[in-house]
Amino acid sequence: MSLIDSIPLPRSLRLPRVDGLVQWIVPLAIIAIWQVASVTGFVPVRVLPAPSDVALAGWKLLLSGELVRNIWVSFWRASIGFLIGGSIGFAFGLANGLSQLSAKLTDTTLQMVRNVPHLALIPLVILWFGIDESAKLFLVALGVFFPIYLNTLHGIRTVDPQLIEMGRIYGMTDGELFRRVIFPGALPSIFVGIRFALGIMWLTLIVAETIAASSGLGYMAMQAREFMLIDVVVLSILIYALLGKLADSASRVLERLTLSWHPAFQKR
Amino acid sequence: MQTALRTSLSETEFASRASFAPHARVVREERPMQISGLPLSIRGLRKSFGDNEVLRGIDLHIPAGQFVAIVGKSGCGKSTLLRLIAGLDKIDAGSISFGGDVQPEDIRVMFQEPRLLPWARVLANVEVGLGRDRASKDAHARAEKALTEVGLADKRDQWPSVLSGGQKQRVALGRALVSRPRVLAFDEPLGALDALTRISMQRLLERVWRDQGFTAILVTHDVAEAVALADRVLVIEEGRIAHDVTINVARPRQRGSAELAGLEGSILSHLLSADDRT
Repeated sequence: MSLIDSIPLPRSLRLPRVDGLVQWIVPLAIIAIWQVASVTGFVPVRVLPAPSDVALAGWKLLLSGELVRNIWVSFWRASIGFLIGGSIGFAFGLANGLSQLSAKLTDTTLQMVRNVPHLALIPLVILWFGIDESAKLFLVALGVFFPIYLNTLHGIRTVDPQLIEMGRIYGMTDGELFRRVIFPGALPSIFVGIRFALGIMWLTLIVAETIAASSGLGYMAMQAREFMLIDVVVLSILIYALLGKLADSASRVLERLTLSWHPAFQKR
Repeated sequence: MQTALRTSLSETEFASRASFAPHARVVREERPMQISGLPLSIRGLRKSFGDNEVLRGIDLHIPAGQFVAIVGKSGCGKSTLLRLIAGLDKIDAGSISFGGDVQPEDIRVMFQEPRLLPWARVLANVEVGLGRDRASKDAHARAEKALTEVGLADKRDQWPSVLSGGQKQRVALGRALVSRPRVLAFDEPLGALDALTRISMQRLLERVWRDQGFTAILVTHDVAEAVALADRVLVIEEGRIAHDVTINVARPRQRGSAELAGLEGSILSHLLSADDRT
C-alpha cells in the first residue's frame, strides 16, 4: 500500500507546473516567428502587422479606455446570452429527459429548429430587433440553446438504469432520485454541452457584432477595417482567441470541482 | 429516549451487537440465537414475460433466519423469483407473504454489480441504504458501524472508483446491512469476483448472517458456494422447485470436506440429469 501511494505522488507534484508552461510554448513560438518574419520584411506590414505593433495598438486603445469598454460590452452580451439560452436549453433538456410526454410534445419541433443555421436568421433578427442589444442576445441565446439542450437530454437518458433501480429500492423519492442519482449522472454530459456552447457563443457574437452593432469587439474590428487600421483588426482577433481560451478554462475548472469523483479527473 | 421506545425486536439487535466481541462469538458458534429474520411463505407463484412463462407455480416456506440458496441453470427463473421476493417486479399470480407487517427497510437486495453511486464517497453510499432514515441524526454513525462490519472503515472517504471489485461489493453489502434488514436477497453477489475474493466474501456473508440472524436468500450458479453457505438448497428447473435439499452440516464448515463435496456432487447430478433429458 505504501509503495502504491508513494509512486504517483512525485508525478502529481511535477505535472501541473510543467503542464501550465508546456501549453503556452506553441502560441509563444508562433508569435516569435511572426515577429521575426515581420521585422525582416518577409511578411509585408500591410498584410500582417508585427506583434509588437499590435501590442502597441492595444496599449493605445487601453489608454483611451476604448478597448476595455468594447471588451466589457462583448463579454456582457456573451454571458447574458449564454445564461438565457443555456438555462432554457437546460430546462428543456431536463423536461424532455424526465418526461415522455414533454419529449413527445417538443422534441420534434426543437430538432427541426436545430437544423436551421441560427446565423441564417440574422436578416430576420435585424428586422425584428434592429441593431439593438436584444438582437445580439437573441442570436447568442439561440446558438447556445441547442448544444446544452441536446447534451442535457442525452446525459439524463443515459444515466445507468441499474443505479436508478437501486435508488428506488432504497426508497428514494423522485426529488432525491433526481438530486442524488440522475443529475450527478448527467453532469459529465452537461459539461460537454457547456463547452460546445461556449464556442458557439463567441462565434455567434463575433458574426452578430461585425454585421450589426455600434459597440463591442466585432464593431471595433469593423471600424478599424474602414480606416485601414490593420493592427486593430488583428488585435480584436487575438482578443477573441484569448477570451475563448478563458471561457474554456473556466468551464474546465468547474468540471474539476464538480466531477472530482470521476476517474478521468483524479490524480491529474 | 430512543432505546425506551424500541420493541423486543431491537433488544435482540442489541444482544447481537454486544456479542461482537470475539469471545462472545465463540459461545454462539452453534446457530444464531436471536432471530430477527422474517419467515417467508410463497403460494402458487407465477410470472411470465410475454409468452415466456418463467415461473410456473412456486410453493415454498422459508422459516425465519434460514439461509436458503437457489441454484439452477441460467434462464430457469431463479433471478426472477428473487426479484419477486424483493418486490422489484409485479407478481402475475399467487402470493408472497412475510408473516406480518413489513417495512421497505426490512427487505434488502444485493446484486451482482455493486451499483454504488460513483459520485458519492463510500460512507455516503452506505447511508443510501438507510432508506427513509437517511435524514436522521445518527445516519452517519449507523453507516460507519455498517462499514466497520464489512471491514472498510478506513475507506469511508474514498471514491468508489478507487476500490477493488471485492471492496465495492463489500460497500454494497454494508449499504444493504445498514438498515438492519430482516430479509436479505442476494442475486449472484459474488459472480464477478475472483476465486480468492469470493471465498473471503463468502466468509463475510456467513459471519454477518450469523451475527444478525436475517433470513438470507442467495441465488447463485456456484453449487459449491450454495452448499458451503446455506442451510437448504433449492434446485429450480423450468420454473418449478425440482429439489429441496437440506444441508445438515455443522458450522463453521470446512471448505472442500468430503461431506460438502458429496452434497455438491449429488446436486450437480440433479442439474446435469435435467440437462440430459432435454
